[in-house]
Amino acid sequence: MINIYEVVETNNMIEKENLDVRTITLGISLLDCIDSDLSKLNDKIYNKIYEAAKDLVKTGEEISREYGIPIVNKRISVTPIALIGGAACKTVEDFASIAKTLDKVAHEVGVNFIGGYSALVSKGMTPADELLIRSIPLALSQTERVCSSVNLGSTKTGINMDAVRLMGEMIKETAEYTKEDDSLGCAKLVVFCNAPDDNPFMAGAFHGVTEADKIINVGVSGPGVVKTALEKVRGESFEILCETIKKTAFKVTRVGQLVAQEASKMLGVPFGIVDLSLAPTPAIGDSVADILCEIGLEYAGAPGTTAALALLNDQVKKGGVMASSYVGGLSGAFIPVSEDQGMIDAVVAGALTLEKLEAMTCVCSVGLDMIAIPGDTKATTISGIIADEMAIGMVNQKTTAVRIIPVIGKGVGETVEFGGLLGYAPIMPVNGFSCDAFVNRKGRIPAPIHSFKN
Amino acid sequence: MMKKTIITVVGKDTVGIIARVCTYLAENKINILDISQTIVQGYFNMMMVVDTSESLKAHGDMADDMDRLGEEIGVIIKCQKEEIFDKMHRI
Repeated sequence: MINIYEVVETNNMIEKENLDVRTITLGISLLDCIDSDLSKLNDKIYNKIYEAAKDLVKTGEEISREYGIPIVNKRISVTPIALIGGAACKTVEDFASIAKTLDKVAHEVGVNFIGGYSALVSKGMTPADELLIRSIPLALSQTERVCSSVNLGSTKTGINMDAVRLMGEMIKETAEYTKEDDSLGCAKLVVFCNAPDDNPFMAGAFHGVTEADKIINVGVSGPGVVKTALEKVRGESFEILCETIKKTAFKVTRVGQLVAQEASKMLGVPFGIVDLSLAPTPAIGDSVADILCEIGLEYAGAPGTTAALALLNDQVKKGGVMASSYVGGLSGAFIPVSEDQGMIDAVVAGALTLEKLEAMTCVCSVGLDMIAIPGDTKATTISGIIADEMAIGMVNQKTTAVRIIPVIGKGVGETVEFGGLLGYAPIMPVNGFSCDAFVNRKGRIPAPIHSFKN
Repeated sequence: MMKKTIITVVGKDTVGIIARVCTYLAENKINILDISQTIVQGYFNMMMVVDTSESLKAHGDMADDMDRLGEEIGVIIKCQKEEIFDKMHRI
């Protein structure tokens, strides 16, 4: 039988170390909603999502009550809208009307984000894909809870540089459209290389076409739990360090697995995956950067950061894989800047630069995430940053992403406040040398060779 | 079949905490399987394993009642289904 010390340990993780289930995300296929009549399409989308998700928030709260574990977010992901709206949408306004429908139903069922205002264009763009991408600034400025993502490349297809160039422009335009709110629209827009079909985390969640009609995916969290566990093994060897992370990740992930199975049973929707993640929040003690410091760095960004992060990421996966029957999504440590107090501190101290963050993305989950840059950064420069990050994902057969926010009207040294889980960020300097001629070339970067590995 | 719930009480030790909790459980046909207690970092920690299969109250209502009872006595009382501990600490 469970003993009192185990009970106290679990409850301390929850109460003092910010252990929580970060999100239950209900994936919903909209493929059966496709219609060439826009208003019928919008009605079908609304009805399907409403019917599938009306009990989601209530179910999440009930599970939270039963086990005494906070479930921070309840969210929805849908089939990429470029596929769903292609037959009906002839203008950017047509596509934006679907975004409004998604926003409306998100409010109605009480979820805080809905993801899937997306296009998958890793090799080429259909007219519908391009129209959706061009509608992103309008869609994100007219909605509150809609998240948008675009897959620009993959290991198998290479990188669609025409789409990379277009996204640089769209990120700038989204920043302009939402400049009254410190360019907040860009915090809900992410571009990927090798985007997973079953990611429960925003802004990049969408319900892939390889998925079932409905599915439950769960993202766990717990940087604070790992940090506290590591405080007890200061100065010990790498072996003990790694074992400690692994065991802690196991415990954290088991909670995610339990919640996923319960949600699946209560909603009558199959369980998809648990995303083995270390997802920080701006709350004190809920930071991935703090774990890096506990491993032995003065600040995240100091020499040794990439190695420490590689180790952390790998042990989280090793511990988590055994704790869950199905693992997927992004799975790994997240290193967003604005959502992690330790990362913010590192930037302010001058320890962490955009270039070091890029190196860190080679060994962990996702990529350049929630980074505020000067509002006057050129679109081609943003495209260059995206191309670099896509190349890392393509060559290393991993998911990489870029979510950067050119904050209109602000420059280096200033701070931007997004609020809530999105946090705040100091504006980081960007390398000012031009990549115009590179970005303005047409076509795509071919897929890399998979032999002769060096 | 047994449905196990873990009730934990954390706070300053005072007279009658266990008595109050046990009275509530008896009134609602909740059977106590095990009780243990310890002091962690100066705080009184009590844990009860109870069987709620015959309980007159749904889990949520019992948790609400315990919240209120805890407030009255000046301690924190939590009710959690056993699985969260079982999954985390047992392979």
